[in-house]
Amino acid sequence: MTERSAMVIPITLHINGKHVGVQLAPSTLLVDFLREDLGLTGTHQGCDTAQCGACTVLVNGAAAKSCNLLVAQVSGGSIVTIEGLQPGDGPLHPMQQAFGKHHGLQCGYCTPGMVMRGVAMAGEGVPAEPDAVRCALSGNLCRCTGYRGIVDAVCEGMQQMRAQTQEVSP
Amino acid sequence: MNSFDYRRPRNVAEAAAWLRDDPEAKLLAGGQSLLAAMKLRFAAPSLLIDLQGLPELTALREDGGGLWVGAMCTHAAVAASPLVRRITPMLAGLAHGIGDQQVRNRGTLGGSISNADPAACWPAGVMALNGTVCTDRREIAADDFFGGLFTTALEPDEIVCGVRFLRAPQAHYLKFEQPASRFALTGVAVARFDQGVRVAVTGLGSGIWRWQAAEQALARSFAAKALDGLAVDAELASGDIHASAEYRAHLAAVLTRRAVQHLLDTAAAVAAPQPVTP
Repeated sequence: MTERSAMVIPITLHINGKHVGVQLAPSTLLVDFLREDLGLTGTHQGCDTAQCGACTVLVNGAAAKSCNLLVAQVSGGSIVTIEGLQPGDGPLHPMQQAFGKHHGLQCGYCTPGMVMRGVAMAGEGVPAEPDAVRCALSGNLCRCTGYRGIVDAVCEGMQQMRAQTQEVSP
Repeated sequence: MNSFDYRRPRNVAEAAAWLRDDPEAKLLAGGQSLLAAMKLRFAAPSLLIDLQGLPELTALREDGGGLWVGAMCTHAAVAASPLVRRITPMLAGLAHGIGDQQVRNRGTLGGSISNADPAACWPAGVMALNGTVCTDRREIAADDFFGGLFTTALEPDEIVCGVRFLRAPQAHYLKFEQPASRFALTGVAVARFDQGVRVAVTGLGSGIWRWQAAEQALARSFAAKALDGLAVDAELASGDIHASAEYRAHLAAVLTRRAVQHLLDTAAAVAAPQPVTP
């Protein structure tokens, strides 16, 4: 047992664009690694049972719940957390701006997960319409019942993200 | 969760050899059920063998007019596939209804059917479509693959490589969700073939179950009315805090009628003359 618990494996990741190489116990969950080892506490741990979505991050561009994922599973991959959306002191990411504009938060606990889910949705072809957004947001819970503002924010955030992509691409 | 070792094999044969070497080892697919079980100490494997990235398990392709879904295809990949929508549209809808997008991005077909959760959606689809489960050593018909609660015909060192489905345009899956987990409180898949009808019910409590009385009635007359007077015996179901056995059995009959009616309505809409637009 001692031998097993002492075991570590090499992990390499890109987190928010930075290369990270560490030795970790295979049982380390991604959410714990982000928060405890890297100090990226913007990713929140809510239910710890993959239901609330507060821990949502992007893994190779796709939304995933970091409480239900081993770091080992994503080794070699690329992770984006809420801190990586718009690093530095510049203007916030369009999805973050939309959450502010529409008051898409009350206590704020679910917000990082909601924002990351909204960002992922923009790339999934989810229409920027309330019904479609509600459906695509079903893995994220808000206990302040602030869904109206959240849905409005995600709709506008996606529109802004898509408009920016069009400006960039010919 | 207890500590364990973690490895990624180079191929399925190596994974099978590792399983043989260590009886406490477990295969890791998407981990969406296994990791939760490990947190609760329901499972405490000594070694996780992560099957991600093996090309032999991730293919999603047409297969002799039917469909091949590799074991490591995610629910999201199946839901988004135009090929699946064309050949077995029911499976795209079923996959899209599992959990939420974050879960669908990780969870897999192979993980779901190997785990055989009694309320899972995939077993209903595989059973109703009479899928063939292909492992590293044999092919197993759906009827022989699924046992009872969390039970399959798999040997301890056997690995599901994928499932072969026949083309099935006339099939529909409906579930009444447990709203927190989105597992099926009860779910019913109805598939109509030239040779007959298959009705698979999930969520009753002891694993996937074929409602043969309904299959026979629908084979004689494919209409919701053909099910009049038929009921699922509540003795077959289990109750819990989410629903009683009687309610689950009742839902099974209601969902079967609705699935049949949906298939008839869809066929009628396709057959109806299209309005001419100027």
